[in-house]
Amino acid sequence: MPTITYELADGTRTDIKVDVGANVMRTAIDADIPGIVAECGGAAMCATCHVYLEKDSASAFTAISDVEEEMLECVAEDRQPESRLSCQLYVPEGIEQVIVRLPKTQG
Amino acid sequence: MKKKILIVGAGQAACSLAGKYRQQDSEAAITIVGEERYLPYQRPPLSKKYVTGEMSVESLFLRPEAWYQKNDISLLSGHRVVRIVRKSKQVQLDDGRVLDYDKLALTTGTRPRALPNEMGGELKGVYVVRGIDDANAFAAEIASGRRALVIGGGYIGLEAAAVLRNKGLQVRVVEMADRILQRVACAETSNYFRQLHHENGVQIDEALGVKRLVGNNGRVAGAEFSDGSAMEVDFVIVGVGVVANDDLARDAGLNVDQGILVNSFGQTNDKNIYAAGDCTRFEYLGQMVRLESVQNAVDQAESTASNMAGFATPYTPYPWFWSDQFDVKLQIAGLNQSYTDTVTRVGTKPGSLSVWYFAKERLVSVDAMNDPRTFMTAKKMFSSNQLASVEQIRDPDFDPRSVLGA
Repeated sequence: MPTITYELADGTRTDIKVDVGANVMRTAIDADIPGIVAECGGAAMCATCHVYLEKDSASAFTAISDVEEEMLECVAEDRQPESRLSCQLYVPEGIEQVIVRLPKTQG
Repeated sequence: MKKKILIVGAGQAACSLAGKYRQQDSEAAITIVGEERYLPYQRPPLSKKYVTGEMSVESLFLRPEAWYQKNDISLLSGHRVVRIVRKSKQVQLDDGRVLDYDKLALTTGTRPRALPNEMGGELKGVYVVRGIDDANAFAAEIASGRRALVIGGGYIGLEAAAVLRNKGLQVRVVEMADRILQRVACAETSNYFRQLHHENGVQIDEALGVKRLVGNNGRVAGAEFSDGSAMEVDFVIVGVGVVANDDLARDAGLNVDQGILVNSFGQTNDKNIYAAGDCTRFEYLGQMVRLESVQNAVDQAESTASNMAGFATPYTPYPWFWSDQFDVKLQIAGLNQSYTDTVTRVGTKPGSLSVWYFAKERLVSVDAMNDPRTFMTAKKMFSSNQLASVEQIRDPDFDPRSVLGA
């Protein structure tokens, strides 16, 4: 079973065991991880589920779509090369651990 | 002593309010009372991915059951509050039970306006889309080739029309006003969506009223229109607006006017009774408004929770809305209700368009069709109070992002 590791802005880490195909945003909401708002519930409409996806695991995920790219341009906290909308991230097969860092604010 | 926090209504605002209150008071007894038998859930997908079967019931739930246990929030589902007794700070439930409160929050939402019975509103096969049960009933009617009539060309009606057309039904939308989306958008945005629906084979008739629906053995079979024409139908979706659930508040002597009136702290005219979300009406940029949106349900509820917990936190809304129809993503930043001018800008991709609304030169809202970049830019303009001017937006070579400071 893969693990998603959520690292809060203060450095605190929480590991959650998930099934392949789990959504990174939904898993955080269900596990009550603070720092992900997800106002639109996963429709890529609001960009309040912004995370930084660690480079090592980034390539295994579906690439950023045009919509996600545009939404990320104006996120509340710094856009970085690792920036993703967690609602668009589904845990792929063949990966043991996914590490995402959460920004200080979503807006 | 532990404070008793009672929340009436179990939607998005209730869930946000309860969660935020708990963060600030680990002791209080928090109870949510809701009429529906489901965990609090998201409503926006009901007219979209839920009716098509792309989303499960569980995926609608805002939080899993374990979240309520972990946060020690009691959920009384399937119960209605029938009365608020302000003097004794109690509410009475439909089963006769009486619950005490120290602070009460009303998050009762809205209900869809129904078609009157004399117009055929009571016939089987006539649906509104507000709750999971409504959506389930509506979903059961979806089958290729059937004929659907959608009454009302607002966002709900148009979303339902798009879903039905995608499933291969024959779909007709009738709108009584001169144009679809008249109450919520300018003519340019209406034109964009009219064309989108036409291209996808939805018949739209504007300035056409429904005289009555005609039944056959108690089930809808046809419709008669204001111009004397008629059609046969298999089922009908009614999307003609909503009414705030402010009856409990009114009966309790609280100030209501097309919604429960609250100040910027979410407080009613009873200092122990608060309200948040779709059911409230309050002042925004000098006008009384009801903001029917997820944004308001979350943000107003959270600020109200802080106020209830004793941390004075006035609410400044930054409204935003969204809709999905066919392959178009509509995102709206701000609120256009007082606009005097609009400027339309063509986006960088085919089919992308934005409409900028100004009220006497001040930017108040932006409709972004397949243009997330413009939406995000506009949203940030409002939240940072760095607004583009009419002149800037009229210049097609101007990059709106340039008004946002680093």
